Amino acid sequence: MSDLWIPVLVLGGAAALFGLLLAISSKLFKVEGNPLEEKVDKMLPQTQCGQCGFPGCKPYAHAVVSGEAEVNHCVPGGERVMLQIADLMGVEPKDITEEAAAPMVAFIREDECIGCTLCIKACPVDCIIGAPKQYHVVIASECTGCTLCVEPCPVDCIDMLQKPELLEHWSWPLPGTARADLGHERREHHHAT
Amino acid sequence: MHEYLIILISMVLVNNFVLAKFLGICPFLGVSAKTETAIGMSFAVMFVMTLASVSTWLVQHWLLQPLGLEYLQTVFFILVIASLVQLVEMIMHKTSPLLHQSLGVFLPLITTNCAVLGVALLNVQKDLSLLAASLYGLGAALGFSLVLVVFAALRERLDGAPIPTAFKGSPITLITAGMMSLAFLGFSGLVKG
Repeated sequence: MSDLWIPVLVLGGAAALFGLLLAISSKLFKVEGNPLEEKVDKMLPQTQCGQCGFPGCKPYAHAVVSGEAEVNHCVPGGERVMLQIADLMGVEPKDITEEAAAPMVAFIREDECIGCTLCIKACPVDCIIGAPKQYHVVIASECTGCTLCVEPCPVDCIDMLQKPELLEHWSWPLPGTARADLGHERREHHHAT
Repeated sequence: MHEYLIILISMVLVNNFVLAKFLGICPFLGVSAKTETAIGMSFAVMFVMTLASVSTWLVQHWLLQPLGLEYLQTVFFILVIASLVQLVEMIMHKTSPLLHQSLGVFLPLITTNCAVLGVALLNVQKDLSLLAASLYGLGAALGFSLVLVVFAALRERLDGAPIPTAFKGSPITLITAGMMSLAFLGFSGLVKG
């Protein structure tokens, strides 16, 4: 009878041990979201401009990873970003369809603004300040030049101007720069509220 | 050295797991519709079989034999292989998402497939050394992969062939598998045992 205890203990012990090991490692190696998606998102310039046809850089990263979109739609990123993404995804590089325009910044003609707040809601990086029935203004240094605010304006008082960019504020529209980090952060904030 | 080479050749061609030992028939028929998935499956099988050979050898020689519990082999091997593969899958998901994307879906499918368990049990029956056992597992997996990929290519061609209606689908697949098995019989004199 006592001989029976050894196999029962060994098998039960091993099963419990493996169970415990798996439980611990499932906590330890838990994957938040899709890691590939985050890698692609990090490569994008974070202008949140929507020129790729998706509402921001993260949705585009999701579309690329799930195979819904090609790798060549990021206009501000240009060829460099396209090559990086194609390399990561293991697909053939594609030609860039659209050239990036000169850096633009939105400007609101204040005497025509009726204070409807529609452009504030449209801005993907929350760089338009204003309140109902008050003039709105664009924080030029935060504007990514995406033109998303132009279309919703009911009185067409938003112009896209050539960006009078100062040398000390200038940075590449590329991932990993202070501007990209800021754009990423502001998008998160815009969609959290 | 010579002995190891014989093990490999014997496992790939002569004692092929699918066509000579009739193990692992379900993935052989199930995942062979497209060459691409067949290749992914092949790599997963190679990985799991080699891992299973080594881990079950260790369990057998360090745990079951000293305690005189050889009769627990089957249960214990299933336990060890299943949890180990699960663990590796989790670690792979965390550390290398691209590899996980191409291999990961197949890993749970073959965790304790009869071919994998068969390798472990045959290793014990033949009383091989650790190195020989791992080669035995790798050889069996290589043989499985060879047959799986060749079979998938055949099936892709069969899709466009003028097959009588009564034979379309499963019948022609099974007949093809049988004929492949007959063809592999031609290798039977190559290695003894």
